[in-house]
Amino acid sequence: MNQRNNIWSGVDWITIILFLALAIFGWMNIYGAGYSFEQTSIFSFSNRAGKQFVWLLTALVMGFCILMIDEKTYDILGYWFYGATILLLLITPFLAHDIKGSLSWITLGPVSLQPAEFAKCFTAIAIAKYMGRYGYRVETWKDLVIPGAMVLLPMVIIMFMQKETGSALVFLAFLLPFYRQGMTGKIMVAGLVAIIVGVIVLKFNLLPDSVIDKFLQPHQKTRIEVLLGNKEDPTGAGYNVNQSLIAIGSGGFFGKGYLKGTQTKLKFVPEQDTDFIFCTVGEEWGFFGSLLVLLAYLAFILRLIMIAERQRDIFSQVYAYSVASIFLFHLTINVGMVLGLLPVIGIPLPMFSYGGSSLWGFTLLLFILLRLDASRVNKLY
Amino acid sequence: MINDTYYNRRYVIAGIAILVVAIYIIRLFSLQIIDQSRREKADNNALVRQPVYASRGLIYDRNDSLLVFNQPIYEVVIILREMGTDFDTLAFCQALQIDTVDYRLRLEQISDRRKNRGFSRYTPQVFMANLKKEDVSLLQERLYHFPGVSIRERTLRDYTYNGASHILGSVGEVNQRDLERDPYYHQGDYSGRDGVEKQYEVALRGYNGVEVLMRDNRGRICGSYHDGELDQSAVAGTNLHLGIDIELQLLAEAEIGEHIGSAVAIEPATGEILALVSMPGWDPKSLVGKVRGKNYSALLNDPSKPLMNRATQAMYPPGSTFKTLQTLVALHQGGITPNTQYPCNGPQSTPIKCTHHHGSPVDLGMAIEQSCNPYYWCAFRDLLQMDGYGKNNAAFRRRYELWREDIMRFGLGQKFEDSDVPDQKSGSVPSTKLYDRFYGKTGWKAITIRSLSIGQGEVLVTPLQLANQAACIANEGYYISPHLLHNDSTYLLPDKRHETGIDNAYFKIVKDGMERVMTHGTGRWHNIPKWHICGKTGTVQNPHGKDHAIFIGYAPKDNPKIAVAIAVENVGFGATWACPVAVKMIDLYLQKHYPELADEEEQETENKKQETDDESKE
Repeated sequence: MNQRNNIWSGVDWITIILFLALAIFGWMNIYGAGYSFEQTSIFSFSNRAGKQFVWLLTALVMGFCILMIDEKTYDILGYWFYGATILLLLITPFLAHDIKGSLSWITLGPVSLQPAEFAKCFTAIAIAKYMGRYGYRVETWKDLVIPGAMVLLPMVIIMFMQKETGSALVFLAFLLPFYRQGMTGKIMVAGLVAIIVGVIVLKFNLLPDSVIDKFLQPHQKTRIEVLLGNKEDPTGAGYNVNQSLIAIGSGGFFGKGYLKGTQTKLKFVPEQDTDFIFCTVGEEWGFFGSLLVLLAYLAFILRLIMIAERQRDIFSQVYAYSVASIFLFHLTINVGMVLGLLPVIGIPLPMFSYGGSSLWGFTLLLFILLRLDASRVNKLY
Repeated sequence: MINDTYYNRRYVIAGIAILVVAIYIIRLFSLQIIDQSRREKADNNALVRQPVYASRGLIYDRNDSLLVFNQPIYEVVIILREMGTDFDTLAFCQALQIDTVDYRLRLEQISDRRKNRGFSRYTPQVFMANLKKEDVSLLQERLYHFPGVSIRERTLRDYTYNGASHILGSVGEVNQRDLERDPYYHQGDYSGRDGVEKQYEVALRGYNGVEVLMRDNRGRICGSYHDGELDQSAVAGTNLHLGIDIELQLLAEAEIGEHIGSAVAIEPATGEILALVSMPGWDPKSLVGKVRGKNYSALLNDPSKPLMNRATQAMYPPGSTFKTLQTLVALHQGGITPNTQYPCNGPQSTPIKCTHHHGSPVDLGMAIEQSCNPYYWCAFRDLLQMDGYGKNNAAFRRRYELWREDIMRFGLGQKFEDSDVPDQKSGSVPSTKLYDRFYGKTGWKAITIRSLSIGQGEVLVTPLQLANQAACIANEGYYISPHLLHNDSTYLLPDKRHETGIDNAYFKIVKDGMERVMTHGTGRWHNIPKWHICGKTGTVQNPHGKDHAIFIGYAPKDNPKIAVAIAVENVGFGATWACPVAVKMIDLYLQKHYPELADEEEQETENKKQETDDESKE
């Protein structure tokens, strides 16, 4: 009884409020994106907003349950979770239905779930457990071999077995907690330089196509080329981005008003309630609304960093940085893509995009952190 | 706390987050605030501005009989680009009840830029036109299955009566010139091509509205934008009331029948045209819709030139009807007095001979009644020579000019500029310049232009001008320009009266003469005495064949309600061919509108006289 009271008093309400605000605003915009000027209720199951509402409620129940579970569970069972996750990822392609070339979805009765969304969380726990071992320090690159492998394993499975490049790339987010724990910043700088070199190579065709084709799938190559302006393709690969920019650009300062956007309603923007949900915000709420949403995300992520910094044990800190980095990575890639600054990589905007797996995945990720954070006072290291 | 070595790295990580968000905010600012071009692109994407056609004004006659109205038709319009590759051609053909061969053929025709200059895959193209409601109802129901396809409602003109084709005119698709001249029009719009449809185009057409609709990424219409806030509703065209009496019009058309000719009736007090007939005409329904093009070129190539409005465009010498004006001008200028007499034969009248049988010498009244050519030659000659010939023929030529001016005050030799009658010809009252050119300034004398005295030769009038001349005589000295619109008070303004400046008393003399034409002269065989008709027949010499028959008249004599002019080509005497048409028209019109003006007593006497005539014959 006493401990439960402690939990509620220790929970970081600011994070929960930001999480709820973004999730509810996202839910409204999913309704807006699916709205076709024929009024069906925001709660109706015939539209995605109605389904998202159910996902949201179950996510809250899930969050509540997580807060009730003892925080030591994750430290104790961390590797088991990780092992189970890797197993699940491995068998997923054999159970999955092919959805647009991706083998990452398994169907359980009425719902489809994407195990990759949960893999992030359990990978984070696993590396947190590893790095939180007594006496662990990142001093040479050798110290990062095992946590690096823990990250690479699910990444490789997701990329090559499940063909989900986007979800796989998210694991790059773990570079930030590594960095915080002492990985040399040169790796990140080197990575950045590699990207810049890659861009220059592709932009000016410095490598023969045969070499490039070994690294990139044809559609990925096209997406990058379109982004670099090497290819005009407004109806093909460039279509999504072009329509996305039109939708956002036509929003102006205050937007066209809720449920009044034409580009998103009339299906000019594809994937408008999932990966391109930010378009709906841009068109209907304008610069003003987009700004507020971006600032809310920034506040949310900075709050997570703050939480990470106030942890008293490495396990919690590594985990907290993992969570913050994953949110930041999703935000950066998703909004960058929608704004035409990054190539089209299909990953959801946290809390906003339609989808149960991703919402549950983020809830799991966040509420475990909130539980760890709430009970930090009990830690007597 | 823990791990303080890398304490500062928290700022690097937070910095990355802030940097990313800052870059995105700048990007948003440039997309949404600085660059405005995407708003237009978005509108082009999602909005369709569909015209809402205004319903064209209806046309009525003076008795509110509906002459011209609208009939809805439908067009199937396609935007090829939006039809997409998975367009269900078979279902589309089934919905339209055509076969796929027909479908391919039509598509080929549309895409052929030689036949369809405005072709574009991106703009609406008419796939099928002139469809009835039942033809498109099936497609309308299933329209949602066919992206890029829409149904447009248009209206076509329809007509109650088979007649009055020249007055009413027709409506057709606008041409390139209209499009350049008037930005109101768009390709495929209709406008009045001739007649009052053209004359009153701006009033009749109303104002097309626009409906702003939304379409989705596949070109399917998804309802109106902003609940129709930006829509402009169409303003229906104004209904027109014409001064014509359709019954009178149809009677005159039937009477002229197979002949080539025209008839014009005017209400003298107002100048309103009661009938304006040009034969041959056409069935107005034949120039509507699909068949218009074919029928129009048939009319264009018809040797009898049905498209020409003879009532306003055919020019004839006025013949003996001109003697009414000769009388008035001669009296007015003092060339003759009411008592002047001339011998009908003998050296003085040479070279013009009298064609009728009457005593000699004749006085003015008899001259009009009997249409005595020598009298008018003498009167004309004496008028022109009134001031002598003068030096270099100057006095004679000045007198001729004065004569011409007075003649033209009756509306001859010019178009009625303040009138709404389209396509008028001005006719001609020859000027001194013309004769100077022919003969030199001193080379022509009264004898040279003697044909003018009896309305032959170089003077040319249109039937409309003749009718107006009759109205002017009926009004005893003024006319209001003949016009088509009913109850248009602007024509009754004081400055719209065209005065001849000739004394009323002289008109009385002419009217008496014209009455005698109908009771004792050339018109007596067809007269209906109860209406006190005044008339003058004319027979115009035609070097190419039989003479043209001409008649002008009005009735009743002292309370004129209708003035008419008839011209029938290549038939012979005016008395035989033109006079009966005019009398029938006058009878119908007065019986219908002014039965109280009938002088039954006069009719009784006449009937009795005829009975005794018949008895005596037996």
